[in-house]
Amino acid sequence: MIEIQNIHKQFGTQTVLNNISATFEEGQTSLIIGQSGAGKTVLLKCIVGLLDPEKGKVLYDGRNALTFNKKERHLLRREMGMLFQSAALFDSMSVLENVMFPLDMFSTKTYNERLKRARFCLERVNLLDAQDKSPEELSGGMQKRAAIARAIALEPRYLFCDEPNSGLDPKTSLIIDELIHGITKEYNITTIVNTHDMNSVMNIGDHILFLAGGEISWEGNKDDILHTDNKLLNDFLFSSEILRRVAGEK
Amino acid sequence: MFIAKSIKTFGSYLLLMRRVFARPESGRIFMRQTMREIFQLGIDSIPIVLLISFFIGAVICIQMKLNIENAWMPKFVVGYATREIMLLEFSSSIMCLILAGKVGSNITSEIGTMRVTQQIDALEIMGVNSANFLIMPKVTALIAMIPILVIFSIVAGIVGAYAIGFFTGIMTPDDLTCGLQYEFQQWYIWCSIIKAIFFAYIITSVASFYGYTVEGGSIEVGKASTDSVVSCSALILFADIVLTQLLMQ
Repeated sequence: MIEIQNIHKQFGTQTVLNNISATFEEGQTSLIIGQSGAGKTVLLKCIVGLLDPEKGKVLYDGRNALTFNKKERHLLRREMGMLFQSAALFDSMSVLENVMFPLDMFSTKTYNERLKRARFCLERVNLLDAQDKSPEELSGGMQKRAAIARAIALEPRYLFCDEPNSGLDPKTSLIIDELIHGITKEYNITTIVNTHDMNSVMNIGDHILFLAGGEISWEGNKDDILHTDNKLLNDFLFSSEILRRVAGEK
Repeated sequence: MFIAKSIKTFGSYLLLMRRVFARPESGRIFMRQTMREIFQLGIDSIPIVLLISFFIGAVICIQMKLNIENAWMPKFVVGYATREIMLLEFSSSIMCLILAGKVGSNITSEIGTMRVTQQIDALEIMGVNSANFLIMPKVTALIAMIPILVIFSIVAGIVGAYAIGFFTGIMTPDDLTCGLQYEFQQWYIWCSIIKAIFFAYIITSVASFYGYTVEGGSIEVGKASTDSVVSCSALILFADIVLTQLLMQ
């Protein structure tokens, strides 16, 4: 479980996050949604430790990561997996080497055990056939799947995804969403996904935070979200013509 | 303003170097990366070093012959001057200026691209000391390879001088050999290698710093590459003065 308490972050005089508190449970896919510039990426970076907030606490199963020293922070990061917006696969390595990398770096297993684990992860994301390819030979969706395989290689307790469907078609987005959701349930991981994809919201939103103006404007799940009277959220949700028409028909 | 910015940049460089010179998390991966960099930065640079050194050796020989030819001047002076120029300056300083362009821009663009495509963030999230993982093998590899490149450059320059003598007939091989051996001091070779080791450190660390601290996109990566070559060249020239003064006294 991850708990954030009173997170406050500002750049210069501009406040980006103002007093954000939330709890992200194990085995749940939590989504952070909001317009571009709402502070989603900054919040995710504060949670994973790529940015330090001015105030607040980030508790990983009760451990405040912001008070950790460098060594403790590095150890915590070995319990994390992250899927970046650009997949961030290492160009100089093949797909298999990318997945093997965290295992080679930190696992005490033998080479054959590491190889077996990497192949298992690639099989889990249905990418075993592409193991010898280099990242630039893969499509956007395949790159995201390879990045998921790399993120889960060390059996993380926490999984973070920054705009996992960015640049993908709706069908591929669905595959990525179901993969993230499936892995979360299967391994009982605490997963936080940063997105503005409405399909993801409706498919995998066990827990949803809507950020607006650096504050949590609404919190709930995919079943509640269509029945809210929060004007900002409704404006955000129904900004798409298709959704407006579907909602109008209903 | 400029001084404050320079001090801040130097401070950031020192902080980065503190992270670079840490114990690698995995010795096996460090060795693997270092071997890769030895090929990429060192072995791949051999052809350009040989090519440029060969022609510069030949040109120095022609210039010396044309400009200092005099009845009072012994013929072996051409070989002597060619050797001294190759040994003392070209094969260390000028060759490293050339490498600053080839290797320095390569390092900056590689690390800069990794920064803007979030590959460095991915390393950090995994709990890897990205500065150590990316930069230390480059520094180690070029420092390990630079003595070999210096020796290759000296040899190629001398072969170039012999070749021009042979093909144009402006000098006999005996006169050239006599000049090359005249008052030879082994220490000059060591000077050249020592200077080149310092320059190799400047090239790899400064170029890595520019790449590692890139913010933005491809335009910024291109700009950082240019800035890194300019800074490396200026620092090599400055270090050359200091090292020459210290080593040749």
